[in-house]
Amino acid sequence: MIYEFLSNITGSEILGAIISAFLPLFLFILPFALIAVLLERKVSAHMQDRLGPMRVGYHGILQTVADILKLIQKEDITADANDKTLFNLAPILVFAGSYAVFAAIPFSSSYLGSNINLGLFFIIGISGIVVAGILMAGWASNNKYTLLGAMRSAAQLISYEIPTIMIVVTILMVTGTLNLKEITELQSGYFWNWLIFGGNVTGIAKYLLIPFMIVGFVIIYISTLAEVNRTPFDIPEAESELVSGYHTEYSGMKFAMFFLAEYANMFAVSAIVVLLFFGGYHSPFGYLGNTFGITWLIPIEQLLWFTFKGVGFVLVQMWLRWTLPRLRVDQLMAVCWKYLIPIAFVNLLIVGLITLL
Amino acid sequence: MTEKEIFEILKEKFGDSIIEFVEAQAGENYIKVSPLEIDKVCAFLFTDDRLQFDSLINLSGVDDANGEKKVNEDGSFDFIGGTLSVVYHIESLKHLHKLTLAVSVEKDKPDVVSVTDIWAHANWHEREAFDLLGINFLNHPDLRRILMPYDWEGGFPLRKDYKDPEFYRGMKVPY
Amino acid sequence: MVLKTEEMTLNMGPQHPSTHGVLRLELQLDGEFIVNVIPHIGYLHRCFEKHAEFMTYPQVVPYTDRMDYLASMYNEFGYAVAVEKLLGIEVPERVEFIRVIMGELQRIASHLVALGTYGADIGAVTPFLFCFRDREKILSLFEMASGARLLYNYIWVGGVSRDLPPDFLRLAKEFVDYFRPKIKELNDLLSFNKIFIERTANIGILPLDVAVNYGITGPMLRASGMKWDLRKDDPYSVYNKFDFDIPVGDGRMGTVGDSWDRYYVRIIEMEESLKIVEQALNQIPEGDVLSAIPKRIKPPVGQVYGRVENPRGELGYFIVSDGTVNPKRIKVRPPSFVNLAVIGELCKGHMIADVISVLGSIDIVLGEIDR
Repeated sequence: MIYEFLSNITGSEILGAIISAFLPLFLFILPFALIAVLLERKVSAHMQDRLGPMRVGYHGILQTVADILKLIQKEDITADANDKTLFNLAPILVFAGSYAVFAAIPFSSSYLGSNINLGLFFIIGISGIVVAGILMAGWASNNKYTLLGAMRSAAQLISYEIPTIMIVVTILMVTGTLNLKEITELQSGYFWNWLIFGGNVTGIAKYLLIPFMIVGFVIIYISTLAEVNRTPFDIPEAESELVSGYHTEYSGMKFAMFFLAEYANMFAVSAIVVLLFFGGYHSPFGYLGNTFGITWLIPIEQLLWFTFKGVGFVLVQMWLRWTLPRLRVDQLMAVCWKYLIPIAFVNLLIVGLITLL
Repeated sequence: MTEKEIFEILKEKFGDSIIEFVEAQAGENYIKVSPLEIDKVCAFLFTDDRLQFDSLINLSGVDDANGEKKVNEDGSFDFIGGTLSVVYHIESLKHLHKLTLAVSVEKDKPDVVSVTDIWAHANWHEREAFDLLGINFLNHPDLRRILMPYDWEGGFPLRKDYKDPEFYRGMKVPY
Repeated sequence: MVLKTEEMTLNMGPQHPSTHGVLRLELQLDGEFIVNVIPHIGYLHRCFEKHAEFMTYPQVVPYTDRMDYLASMYNEFGYAVAVEKLLGIEVPERVEFIRVIMGELQRIASHLVALGTYGADIGAVTPFLFCFRDREKILSLFEMASGARLLYNYIWVGGVSRDLPPDFLRLAKEFVDYFRPKIKELNDLLSFNKIFIERTANIGILPLDVAVNYGITGPMLRASGMKWDLRKDDPYSVYNKFDFDIPVGDGRMGTVGDSWDRYYVRIIEMEESLKIVEQALNQIPEGDVLSAIPKRIKPPVGQVYGRVENPRGELGYFIVSDGTVNPKRIKVRPPSFVNLAVIGELCKGHMIADVISVLGSIDIVLGEIDR
């Protein structure tokens, strides 16, 4: 809907497409990344029995603004022996890979960056660019520690893509389409229609699906946690072993790009989990717009519901980070290959059998 | 077992290597041993069934400062000659008795046999005695400085007549 | 065709977030596996033993604080025990009780730092802050008694520098009641967490005979299975009046003597220290604390070795006196110095991440190692 609106205004389809793909980025995700930084500091502080930033603004609200101003005016240090092209290219790749995902995610029924038929496929493909960016960052920093961090990160990201894809295929079998808009529309109605509760399937198959959907949700949540390098899987940026891993040598605006990319990535994977399992932007029980008869209120409400669910999962990710210790590299790989992949595979087979019913 | 009994057993076995049993009015009593036989004495103390000293508590070097004191023009002094000592405190965790041994060497030729083969604990303590006092331990697996920088040329800091060198790698040493 | 591989040398340099001070560990690696670990120390050498030869016996006490700055009360305690042995004087009973209370509270504070930083190295940051919050309460008790939070100059030769303030006993009892449930909270959060157990069990196993040969003491020796504690086996001060237990590692999560055992022994030791503090607070007699402090300390010619049980192991002072007011030689036997030497044996065959785990479980303080 916004796409048509914009192409009518500007008079050209291409311009309309470009602007509509950029819009969520500036209006929604970038402010969200900035707020998420502050949110993490306050949430972690209250969990640790202390207060967090309190001085800048009321109870520290303007802290991130101060941080961004500081990072912008810092000196951009590049060591002599670094490989300049790769060193400068790496943050751009990581940033682009994290933010490009949002072009295919529907935020509400009237807004979607671009309605690709292969939405899910596109998302998983684009997040592969991040791996290349991390490897470049680790190599170009000319530092034994960052090289170790980058290799570990690449191994981790590539391994954990496999359970993610298996669960995506499971969903594909239940819904029959890769288009994210259609998957969300399938889950409209009350929360009983959400995919985690079996989705739109009728009959006994719906009740049979519920436990396997829950297992699938847990697996994809864990493997996407590993995709974004959060504790307990944050070996690549393990502060106490590798002194901050692959982004040790970066300073100033490039460091800010890595930083913001991480928080955007967190929201992206939460958004994917919400879309696939928890009904996307639909509310669990009716809309205020429907009861009052104001139809233009509905897309706004859907946006709010989507944000609420996404932020909820981001908060759970933060909660896990500050509670659990870190896994060692070989244990991390063991969790993926020995536990998650067999369980995801068996899950896939059983769900496939059930959909035949 | 008391220290006197242990001294009798050692004197019987080793004869001349055990020099004397010093009974002090204050503090502890100790047995003086010859510096080049200390490893055999310690091996006996470690393996013998009645004694079984399986734990070395402490090993430290002491500068006795009993040489001839020569005062220079600028007020500093040197000790010519004199001795350095190494004191061993050992203990048996099975029989619960303790013993103190002492070894005395000339400052010009401070050679003591190392006991690292018997108690691995002695490794770092002997390196420290070498580093700070200059006592040379024979048969030590890895005798180099431990607390001072590895290329310190200025001497052995814990000796009583130690003076700081003027420069270390181009930096002025006296503060 | 055989591929040639090389060993890589990696420096966990003097500046590193988790080597607990300025310690340089040279790791010789074969890929991700350790072939050898060589510690290089001496970056914090402040010449305590040379300084001590130019000062009088009471003037040495503030310097002993600064060696193991996380357990200062115990350093002073050890020095006082050694010099009093040489002088042959008896201290009043109230002094002994005050020393025991301060020492055991210091043991709890030091173990809180060790456990908190160990969790932070493994990746769990929240228990670190909980431990420090509880340690603040102990430090404010010390500030009330001696005037300083970290380096006290409180336990002098022959007594203590000043008597306890009037509110101290009541606040110390409140602390004991406050802290007991916190140990349980720490256990729930960190000790029995599956990921933490994966990271620490079966890592850095120290067999008992190796431990005794290397002279290891303290929680490390107890975790390897030997029930040896100087407070019971070579008692000093009034420890024989209290009823407490010595925890020993039993390998319940892995093998006997691994990092988890060393960690858990410290947690049980904190509980036992609370018991001692409670009993001491109930039994403390009245008296004068300054009466036995000699005006001029001039011990007779002789040498003595006095030792106490530091939170990290056996702290010993070997003092040689030549009859003057300055000591002729003071040699300190620091527990961390001895415990660190065995790290090469412990890390063979493990990975880089495990070096951090083993180093944290040894619990070193560089001030003590380098003096």
